Amino acid sequence: MTTTKPRAQMRISISWPVALLLVAGTASVRAAGSETDFRVAYAAAEAADQQASRLRNQWTVTAAALAEAKRAADKGDFDRATASAKEAEALAKASIFQATNEIDAWKQLEIR
Amino acid sequence: MKFRMPRSLSPERVPASPKPATEVSVRSRIHFALAALAALALSTLQPAGAADTPDPAADAKAFRDYFVNKFPNVKLEDFVNGPYALDGDMRRQWEEKEQFPPYEFSLEMGKEMFAKPFNNGKRYADCFENQGIGIKQTYPYFDEREGKVVTLELALNRCREKNGEAVLSYVGDEMAALTAYMAFTSRGRPFAIKVPDDPRALEAYQNGKRYFYTRRGQLNFSCATCHVQNPGERMRAEVLAPALGILNAMPIYRSEWGGMGTISRRFTTCNSQIRGVPLEPQAEEYRDLEYYLSYVSNGLPIAGPGARP
Repeated sequence: MTTTKPRAQMRISISWPVALLLVAGTASVRAAGSETDFRVAYAAAEAADQQASRLRNQWTVTAAALAEAKRAADKGDFDRATASAKEAEALAKASIFQATNEIDAWKQLEIR
Repeated sequence: MKFRMPRSLSPERVPASPKPATEVSVRSRIHFALAALAALALSTLQPAGAADTPDPAADAKAFRDYFVNKFPNVKLEDFVNGPYALDGDMRRQWEEKEQFPPYEFSLEMGKEMFAKPFNNGKRYADCFENQGIGIKQTYPYFDEREGKVVTLELALNRCREKNGEAVLSYVGDEMAALTAYMAFTSRGRPFAIKVPDDPRALEAYQNGKRYFYTRRGQLNFSCATCHVQNPGERMRAEVLAPALGILNAMPIYRSEWGGMGTISRRFTTCNSQIRGVPLEPQAEEYRDLEYYLSYVSNGLPIAGPGARP
């Protein structure tokens, strides 16, 4: 009984600094990765919006989400910037789906 | 009593077969299968080809019939008055407003602009048939030399360019004023848009039709969503106009805009209202759309310039 107690205390005293280091390390990786995440998300959103443009079917809300992403990134708020960029990408992809679907679907509305 | 076999089954009525029965059966099955395949191919090809071949005259008839049946109490020529043809209260207000129409200033401005010579001494009148008077009902037209649709707004800017003048904004007040004056000189004349027997003209017509019915924008609306499926219904404070005759009253003074608006302004605004990025004014799609919408309103009188809430 007397030998196990110091070992347990030692384990705790070693694991705290390790845990702190790990947390600090993760946080720094996340902070550094956030801007990269934004750039990746923004590039993907822009590419999707360009595809919608080629299909002559861009949405105003996509442009607004892209602008919001840029504004947030300029302020250094990369979490918000990334979220807006991802929203822009989702909107652009929806507009691409709409344009592709309407290639034939428009005929259903036609007066005959 | 003897039991008699039916004549059809009696052995003497079975014809002598020159070939074994199995061979005949295989051949006939192959023939049948080939015939069925050919019939299937024809049945899938023919209707698709027929459906994709534009028939502007049939379209215009179906278009007109749809609105006449939907609003049996509205006189055909009254469709050009948009929501006022469908809503009695709005009509009374409009008739009172027409005593001193809100587009009057713009009309005056257009008349002056139209008469004023360019720097080279020529005028707008020199660019148009009949000196530009009473010709609105023939626009847009399909230019067979160019292979494209030419709208009145486009023709006015081409006239300016040809005479060394800067082009006007397609969504601005000056263009609205010029087209208002030209429409005024055509008032009462029926739309007489032609789709020549030219595959390019038919393609432009079909593209216009496709644009009209295609859903776009985040709201997933087509032009037809408002102006075919819901005319007479309210969208917020507005009563939606029927698509039949919708361009006959253009350009329009809109109280919402606080001024006159061209067809280009109307199209681009419609697109942004449904959260779609508008195309550039006078993009080919918009020209084709104007061509289609004007054609299906053939026979209805020009009523522009108009006024709308």
